[in-house]
Amino acid sequence: MARRVGIIGIGQTKHGNRSEITYPDLVREAVVAALKDANITPEDIEGIVFGTMPSMMEGVALNHLYLADALCAVGKPILKTETCGSTGVSLALTGYYWVASGMADLIMVVGSEKMHEGDSQATMTTVAEPFYLRYFLSGAPGVFALQSHQWSHRYNIPDKKAREAATKLSYDHHKDALDNPFAHIKKELSVEEIENAKVVVYPIRLWDVCPNSDGACALIFASEEMVKRLGRDAAWIKGVGYRGDEYWFGDSDKVRWQSAIEAAKEAYKMAGITNPRKELDVAEIYNPFTYLELAFLECFGFSEPGKAADDTLKGTFSRDGELPCDPSGGVLCTNPIGATGLVRVAEASLQVLGRAGSHQIDGAKLAFAHAMGGISQFNGVMIVGSE
Amino acid sequence: MDKHYGTLYSEVKLPFKFSVGPVFFKFYEALKEKKIIGNTCPKCNMTLVPPRSFCPVCYVEMGDFQEVSQQGKIVSWTIVNQPIHGAPLNVPYIVGLIRLEGTDCNFLHLVGGIEPSEYQKLKPGIKVKARWKEDRKGHLLDIAFFEPI
Repeated sequence: MARRVGIIGIGQTKHGNRSEITYPDLVREAVVAALKDANITPEDIEGIVFGTMPSMMEGVALNHLYLADALCAVGKPILKTETCGSTGVSLALTGYYWVASGMADLIMVVGSEKMHEGDSQATMTTVAEPFYLRYFLSGAPGVFALQSHQWSHRYNIPDKKAREAATKLSYDHHKDALDNPFAHIKKELSVEEIENAKVVVYPIRLWDVCPNSDGACALIFASEEMVKRLGRDAAWIKGVGYRGDEYWFGDSDKVRWQSAIEAAKEAYKMAGITNPRKELDVAEIYNPFTYLELAFLECFGFSEPGKAADDTLKGTFSRDGELPCDPSGGVLCTNPIGATGLVRVAEASLQVLGRAGSHQIDGAKLAFAHAMGGISQFNGVMIVGSE
Repeated sequence: MDKHYGTLYSEVKLPFKFSVGPVFFKFYEALKEKKIIGNTCPKCNMTLVPPRSFCPVCYVEMGDFQEVSQQGKIVSWTIVNQPIHGAPLNVPYIVGLIRLEGTDCNFLHLVGGIEPSEYQKLKPGIKVKARWKEDRKGHLLDIAFFEPI
């Protein structure tokens, strides 16, 4: 039987262009913040979980070696977990398993990326094997554009309506990010600016797309006994789920996307959730592209299939809506990829702890965090609660 | 941002030789002959293209190679305008997710026969067929593209 596990320390760097410091110093910034938040010292930590994007993004292979000192990992066990974009949630799951198993009481989980040092889209090209996918699926925008079309065609969503819903998400998230002290893109946009922005990959326009960010996130996972001993408030892990699809993009349906659907279902089952839209108070969806968020809303049961655009336009997922999604501004405004999924867990935890500051959702008690990785292959979910 | 202390340029270039294996070898050989081949899982009965050595879902060995249709419907498409470092094709190009008749997965390839500037004419559901290159080398790009019928 898994033990109860709580998150008692949360550290984020200011995300953005952090070319003024080295990669280890960037990682240390998040680690120091998390240790301070949990009121513990490096000596208290029993083990480290760390992950990033593939080595091609980092320019240094197996960078947990390079970053070990910054992770205060000297003399401690260290695990590396990486699953591309879903790395952050995979990291959180690894830390959770470690503590829930009873093998440790206090584990630090860290994800990071310094994207201004490398080439993210060239890295994505190396995730595709050279026999088949690499010819056609170079870079993330093209992959998500293929999914966008599939989604709108499946449900006969007119281009205009899909565009309006994407614009609403972009408008809301960019506005939300202004209230998040750690967010990268802080720019108030008008509807006209979003709708008339240059096409990146049809139908995706500039403000439908996340930035390249530098940033790191560190979370401290503790057993129930340790939470009590340290006398800290905790965001309790209520449910986890993770699923993968076949490797080749064309082998599976990316609209009724089974890895996303089943990962969420598994987490709901563990958390005892039967009506996610009603029971969840807030969600942090991995939304590097607006159109992709629409498909996820349906896969997670927040909207009926084909209804995400209608619900979005009604304001269901806005900050004052029935189920606010990505009140932090989400991945759309901040994407240091190896940290991004962990930032979703961090933001969900801040919400249930009542510590999200000016983007706090009043009375949030149950929050959903998600990340997606690979060429739309993996999905991971973690649900945290105040009790 | 605080003071910027500059950056140090570094580059990593590594050569690779990927083993083709018997299944892709056969697929490439068929392309030379203007044929597209796939194979079927004996357990779930899904016909997949390109062919596989084993079914990714059932994890059993796939059946014999079979020629599949060179026609199908566009399931989705996108146009790539931005060059990406290390990507093998020159922009602009249109990528299509194509469901070849009689198969159970979506085949990725280029869509052609229309000007890239006219991409908005493409809609999911449009019928397409393979256009072959004259000079075929046993390569994925022996199919020049799929064009609307």
